[in-house]
Amino acid sequence: MTSDAAALDGLPPSPAVWCSGLRKRYGRQTAVDDVSFTVARGEVLGLLGPNGAGKTSVIKMLLGLVRPDAGEVLLLGRRSTDPRSRSAVGYLPELFRYQPWLTAAEVLALHVKLARVDVDASEQRDCLALVGLADRAGDRVGGFSKGMQQRLGLAVALVARPELVVLDEPTSALDPLGRVDVRDLVLALKARGVAVLLNSHLIGEVERVCDRVVILDKGKVAASGTLAELLGQREVRLRLAAVDGRAEDRLRASGSMTRSGDWFTVQLAADDDGVTVPDLVNDLVGLGVRVHAVEPVRISLEERLLAVLRHEEPAPQEAAR
Amino acid sequence: MTALTVAGLTLREASRRRVVWALLAMTVVLLALSAWGFSKLIGLDTELGTMTSGEARLVASLLLNLILFGMSLIAAIGTAFLAGPTLAGEVDSGQALALLARPVRRSAVLFGKWLGLIAFGGGYVVIAGLAQLLVVRVVVGYWPPAPATGLALLAAETIVLLTLALLLSSVVSTMASGIVAVGLFGATWVAGVVGGIGAALGNEGVAQVGTVSRIILPTDGLWRGAMNAFQDPTALAQMGPGQGGFPFLSASALTPAYLAWAPVWIAVVWGLTALSFSRRDV
Repeated sequence: MTSDAAALDGLPPSPAVWCSGLRKRYGRQTAVDDVSFTVARGEVLGLLGPNGAGKTSVIKMLLGLVRPDAGEVLLLGRRSTDPRSRSAVGYLPELFRYQPWLTAAEVLALHVKLARVDVDASEQRDCLALVGLADRAGDRVGGFSKGMQQRLGLAVALVARPELVVLDEPTSALDPLGRVDVRDLVLALKARGVAVLLNSHLIGEVERVCDRVVILDKGKVAASGTLAELLGQREVRLRLAAVDGRAEDRLRASGSMTRSGDWFTVQLAADDDGVTVPDLVNDLVGLGVRVHAVEPVRISLEERLLAVLRHEEPAPQEAAR
Repeated sequence: MTALTVAGLTLREASRRRVVWALLAMTVVLLALSAWGFSKLIGLDTELGTMTSGEARLVASLLLNLILFGMSLIAAIGTAFLAGPTLAGEVDSGQALALLARPVRRSAVLFGKWLGLIAFGGGYVVIAGLAQLLVVRVVVGYWPPAPATGLALLAAETIVLLTLALLLSSVVSTMASGIVAVGLFGATWVAGVVGGIGAALGNEGVAQVGTVSRIILPTDGLWRGAMNAFQDPTALAQMGPGQGGFPFLSASALTPAYLAWAPVWIAVVWGLTALSFSRRDV
């Protein structure tokens, strides 16, 4: 749909989310400090960070629910101060509560009406079925469990044919099966070209579905980039014997090196073309070093996140777009 | 469009919550009690003998106003406690988040809530009040001089109070907004009575208390206008001078200036609510 519009205009579509210099203070507490990032159309962006990092505040500022003290937001090409910017935005809040006196089907009908989108009753039913609530459509929300309310919230976020879906902790009340459902939903949205902004504590989920990640810490962007950029930095562990000064120099030439007993860990550059390790081993053997083991080490997003939050190493910082 | 959707939602909420059924039950009890009371009134033997028709009309006027006051109190408390949860409660519970993230203006959402609430509160007052007038007519044969004006003023009183409750609920918590609104309603009524006594005693300073309070919060002023429309015109004359302070009779109809002030008051308070709500972080 968006690509048709783009072809007509001859212009690339505006990003799903563009925000720049967002700031928010609550009293003396700075919740969000100069946050800028972009979510491209059809991209899945993960928002990560510890509790109180300002993730939910950022999301609320994007959606016009909280007034930023400074900064600008464009949603789907419109300023967020214009309510129409949210016409094609679906939102599942972290605090999900829906009118307890309405039935699930009535909640969806209400949101379709408010979004001013023509979605017929059967499509609304399909949406409830998608989140596993098909047989509860006529039941009052007041009798729903937390997990079912969160599923209803997902249906509300998806019902009005969104081009951008903002999910704030979408699996907080769901069982492991529900989490898998959400992952599949996000992947299905991505396949349809719908942009998704996903705030989740479940790093595994984020790692599986997200194209890019923004890590917030103390209200600031601590790191951001594609998963490849964030995880691209790899390490190799070698168990060596008969290492002399020349051999250590050779190891350092391949990347920053740490030693623990006869184990040597070398950090490889992100743009490593795959010859660094064989060349290194070859040279070490040439220098008389006895090579017992060579192990590649894969860094998980979790380790990367912890490293960034603990300031253990410089984070690959993506320039604000 | 948004406003009408939200107004419909508010009415649906009222009809699906117990508040409406509680209100209905209270009203039916009040109507039944009043029918019984009025029926006793007809054959009432006082120490001085059976009441004259004029006396009976006076007492009917007084009682009618007393009962309608009770009814306006029910409506006031009902709508104030319905208006409170509507803003503050929905923001506190998180219900407002998904709703306000839709392409809607907050002022339109507020307007819809307000429309729904005045349809509910005003509708209740008009229907229950009319039922009470009919009960009195059937039982004692008394029909007020200006029933439509009276009911409209009662409805206006309700609208004033729920507009106030909406403003309060946009700045303070749910329960507090209902309590403060009903408290102010009661305080204005008391100030009106105090002012009436002052006027009856010829003490201008005390009389001012009622006048000023009626301008600050028009519920009592509108209520007095409604009473004036319901009571028998000869009733006040029968009470005689010096009884002007009596709280369930009103000496005069409302002035056009005061009738114009009430909508201005509503508009100003509504505007303040819209301003506060649109700036609020949810």
